[in-house]
Amino acid sequence: MLERGYGVMRGLRLRGAFAILLAAVLAVGIAACGSSSDTTGGTDTSASSSDSDNLIQSNPDNGKTTLTIGSKNFTEEYILGEIYAQGLEAAGYNVKTKLNLGSEQIALKAIKDGQISGYPEYTSTALGSLYGVPADQIPANAEEAYAQAKAKLAKDDVTAFSPTPFADSNAVGLLTSTAEKNNLTDISDLKGVSQDMVLAGSPECRERIDCLVGLEKNYGLQFKKFTPVDIGLRYTVLDKGDADLSIVFTSDAQLANSEKYTVLKDDKELIPSGNVIFIASKKVAEDAGPDFRDTIEQVQGNLTLPVIRELNSRVDIDKEKPADVAHDYLQQSGYIK
Amino acid sequence: MIVLASIIDSFTGAFDFIFHSREAVTGGGVPVGGPAYIWPFARTQLEVTAVALGGALAVGMPIGLILGHIGKGEFLAVGFGNAGRAVPEIAVIFLLASLIGIGLGNVAIALGILGLPPVLTNTYVAMRQVDPTAVQAARGMGMRSWQVILRVELPLAAPTIMAGVRTAAINIFATATVASFVGLSTLGDFVTQPAVYGNDGVVAGAIVIAVLAGLIEAALAGVQWLVTPRGLKLARASRSA
Amino acid sequence: MTTLAAKSLLVADSANKCAPGLPADFCHHHETTGCVGGNGLFCADWAADNIDRYVGPFFRHLEIVAISVVAGFVVALALALLSHRHRTLIPPVLGATGVLYTIPSIAFFFLLLPITGFGLWTAVIPLAAYTLQIIYRNTIAGLANVPDDAKDAGRGMGMSERQLLWRVELPLATPEVVAGLRIAIVSTVAIATLAFLAGAGGLGDALYAQPSFNTNIIMVGVLTIGMALILDLMVVLAQRFAMPWQRARPR
Repeated sequence: MLERGYGVMRGLRLRGAFAILLAAVLAVGIAACGSSSDTTGGTDTSASSSDSDNLIQSNPDNGKTTLTIGSKNFTEEYILGEIYAQGLEAAGYNVKTKLNLGSEQIALKAIKDGQISGYPEYTSTALGSLYGVPADQIPANAEEAYAQAKAKLAKDDVTAFSPTPFADSNAVGLLTSTAEKNNLTDISDLKGVSQDMVLAGSPECRERIDCLVGLEKNYGLQFKKFTPVDIGLRYTVLDKGDADLSIVFTSDAQLANSEKYTVLKDDKELIPSGNVIFIASKKVAEDAGPDFRDTIEQVQGNLTLPVIRELNSRVDIDKEKPADVAHDYLQQSGYIK
Repeated sequence: MIVLASIIDSFTGAFDFIFHSREAVTGGGVPVGGPAYIWPFARTQLEVTAVALGGALAVGMPIGLILGHIGKGEFLAVGFGNAGRAVPEIAVIFLLASLIGIGLGNVAIALGILGLPPVLTNTYVAMRQVDPTAVQAARGMGMRSWQVILRVELPLAAPTIMAGVRTAAINIFATATVASFVGLSTLGDFVTQPAVYGNDGVVAGAIVIAVLAGLIEAALAGVQWLVTPRGLKLARASRSA
Repeated sequence: MTTLAAKSLLVADSANKCAPGLPADFCHHHETTGCVGGNGLFCADWAADNIDRYVGPFFRHLEIVAISVVAGFVVALALALLSHRHRTLIPPVLGATGVLYTIPSIAFFFLLLPITGFGLWTAVIPLAAYTLQIIYRNTIAGLANVPDDAKDAGRGMGMSERQLLWRVELPLATPEVVAGLRIAIVSTVAIATLAFLAGAGGLGDALYAQPSFNTNIIMVGVLTIGMALILDLMVVLAQRFAMPWQRARPR
């Protein structure tokens, strides 16, 4: 029951004002401590074996340009995004980051809408997912794949910079013990065995020619069950025994650091591999000047497969911050001091 | 105007997705869409909702009934309900996936945990709100505790309890949309994968989810009406007249 | 041979030798045992060292919640005041806000993506929509529960209908309104963990960066629940401060 407050009006005015003041303080607090999406510099770590020829020179002209670097939602992309963003910062640009774009469709739309300047994409993903090229028509040769992707992106007014040294692809991963027990080296070896095995992959793997559909059609495999899981859980399902096979990435930290997991060789070459290309809005790239492309292509020069695996390991196993790992990489490669 | 046109366009595309099969956006001649394709996803979502809701009822109702009957533990029962609203579902789902694995059982447990607070709190509050004179009359007639609970308090508390069940059911069903992150293919698959199902698929998924949620809500509202004792219905009608 | 294939992928095996092709100064040792590497339940040391990871997402989360709740409150209040005057509006508004509530958040986010793009508003609009029903319903109930003699007294003092509303009815309805607001705030804090799917950031971003790392999941969970409880407490305190006479309401 409500008490009747006839002193409502008088008392309310005074105390109401205080309540509003409290709310205002809270609002100011939120605004003042608001999160920044600017890149954070990493910690100063070990001495760098820097070659001063490689050092990125800061160009004051670039200061008038603001670039927003995006990335998709998994470790390798976070690291790449940070490497590019910090490199561009060293070159004198104003850099913001948006390292959380969910999928390549969202990321491409973000470029077209002007929300980001660009992000790192894989040639195979660009062709297969963005432009619907069937998996068996994606070139295995890195240069050809790059040329095709570049041409298709150009029609959307998107420029593709040169590819990274490393290439990454999906792979059928499993516990080494499972592989040894069933004598599995190639994916074809699964014939006759896989019908008792559970395959785990991202939800979209179910309908993709370069994933479950191709494994069933091209390799003629049957699986006991396909379990959709978020890619963040691709090794957890193997650990917990929820799946016998899991779709993993060849550049994964877990593969690089433990004999516990292994991958089966794609003997029928179903799964395309892709180098990373930084794709950017054509207009933004032109307006930003040559340092945009040059810096990007410079900082990725050291990204060989062992190196990217090492960087992935630092984030996924040691649980370091992608920003710190990127900073260390840039320092140790001599791109920044 | 353009927005309106594109909205209408999305809806027609979505209905086409629901009723006709088509090729996946990712190509390869893979068929998606159509009722036969969509149904297993819907069924999985309904199944896990049923299991999770059953678990929440099995745990929450007895505790709520007993605590409400004896009148103790208000802080726990009501506080649990308030705190329960603050729990982020996706964290529970990922944590359980990491600790015990994926699949129907584990997702059902995670969702059951989410459905528990409204069931427990509403059961407790409903029992406390039962007219004490009815309870006294029953005791006066010589009924024992469990008889009082079952034959007097529970029927009188049933409408409010059902309101909690409805809240729990809708929360669980809605959250089951993310189950495809952890091993269960639900209608959320269509919503979260425009790359495979296209924008039509996304809208179609959302429509089917909303429609099914509405049906669940309506069905449980019907159950709530059925379990409301006639006396309460008449009392309510006369009060609002 | 499978084991040979496995070894060729290693960057640093247990003997801490580095893979060929990896420059020496890049080779770190990666401990796969221990709390962090082995994914123990909660690694307090890591959490203490890495608390700054959560600062940005935490305040972003707070921002999303604040904007959504304020927007929802304003709209719901406006609808309630309108419905207080024209009571036929109540069933359709209750119905419409109820329908909004049954659309799962993920579906709502992905539906808005093509329209509002990847960012803050794609999250705020659904979150605000979810608060409408509870705030509206509670406000209507609160206004309906205002005792008639309070209104009569007000009229007796010569108040106009508008003065009556703002000086008598709404203040007396405040407990109900605040109760609805509290529920809205707490629920919004929890649902906003999904806002990262809409591109708005928040604690969900931190969760999704390492979704299988237990310590990370627990940190996000604790921060979310903590934020909800603290905001709830602040509202309770603000209400008691503004209206201490209502402290003694019997339950």
